[in-house]
Amino acid sequence: MTRILLLLLFLMCASVAFGKEAELASGEDPAVEQRLTKLSKELRCLVCQNETLADSQAGLADDLRKEIREQIKAGKSDKEIINFLTQRYGQFILYRPQVTPTTYLLWFGPFLLLAAGLVILFRYIQQRRNTIVDAPLTSEERKRAAELLAVEPGRENI
Amino acid sequence: MFKYLIPLAVFMVLVVFLAIGLNRDPHEVPSPLINKPAPAFSLPQLKTPDKTFSASDMRGKVWILNVWASWCVTCRDEHPLLIQYAQTGAIPIYGLNYKDQREDALAWLSELGDPYVLSAADVDGRVAIDYGVYGAPETYLIDQSGTIRFKQIGPVTPDVWSKQILPLAQELNRQGAK
Repeated sequence: MTRILLLLLFLMCASVAFGKEAELASGEDPAVEQRLTKLSKELRCLVCQNETLADSQAGLADDLRKEIREQIKAGKSDKEIINFLTQRYGQFILYRPQVTPTTYLLWFGPFLLLAAGLVILFRYIQQRRNTIVDAPLTSEERKRAAELLAVEPGRENI
Repeated sequence: MFKYLIPLAVFMVLVVFLAIGLNRDPHEVPSPLINKPAPAFSLPQLKTPDKTFSASDMRGKVWILNVWASWCVTCRDEHPLLIQYAQTGAIPIYGLNYKDQREDALAWLSELGDPYVLSAADVDGRVAIDYGVYGAPETYLIDQSGTIRFKQIGPVTPDVWSKQILPLAQELNRQGAK
């Protein structure tokens, strides 16, 4: 029963996705549409926030796609279009924020943490190396170790 | 002893960050338009479509641009407050009727009252894109030089009005009078 339900669900999703593709492609220049799709996958829909502009069905996303399509047709470069949008909606609209002083921490923070982790690891290892003293085994200890390691007769296969 | 306090300290720092994060509204995206010139526009007026309204008409005045629509549920909540504030006459409120049907918008105003000096009809939402609108209602406070000084995303609340918008407008008017 669950399987059938799941199958139905998948089929429904699939038909919705096809419907959207068809709607986007109708009567538009495929080259423009391709650039539009590529661009809008990099952009966030501000209404739903966790969806890209390409996926969102929100009214604003539709308007912004229309706006981008017209700017592409008018011969604007991707950079100009991105600038147009960030001037109005801020960096938040970009899924990959630009590298500016306010986003330095975002971009370089992880590397900073990695470096800090490496420093700590290195110092820890060095400290350990200093505290652990090499103590050679005495002949008595060596004998006992050999005894423990010796294979008991009849248990070779274990 | 100090060693055992380190995890606690790390935990406390984490708690502080999470507390700040949880108390922020992710829908409030800081507008890059603050302290930037309000985008120019010229749109037909809602009530008299043969006349236009431009942002440049408002040069020399401190005014409010409120983005609204008859289909916008939160606008309906905000509406009585706007009427109340409009009656005080402290700041002139202008409306930007966002992606609305003219009949619906007019019916809305006659049913609920009209707090706006006038509303401009942005039928295709183009001007709203220039203003970075992503969720009506949104409210802009614009100064004498046509610079956006404040933006409220979502409905204006009594708190926002009395603590932020009104004092800022009074301050701007004082500076302008000098």
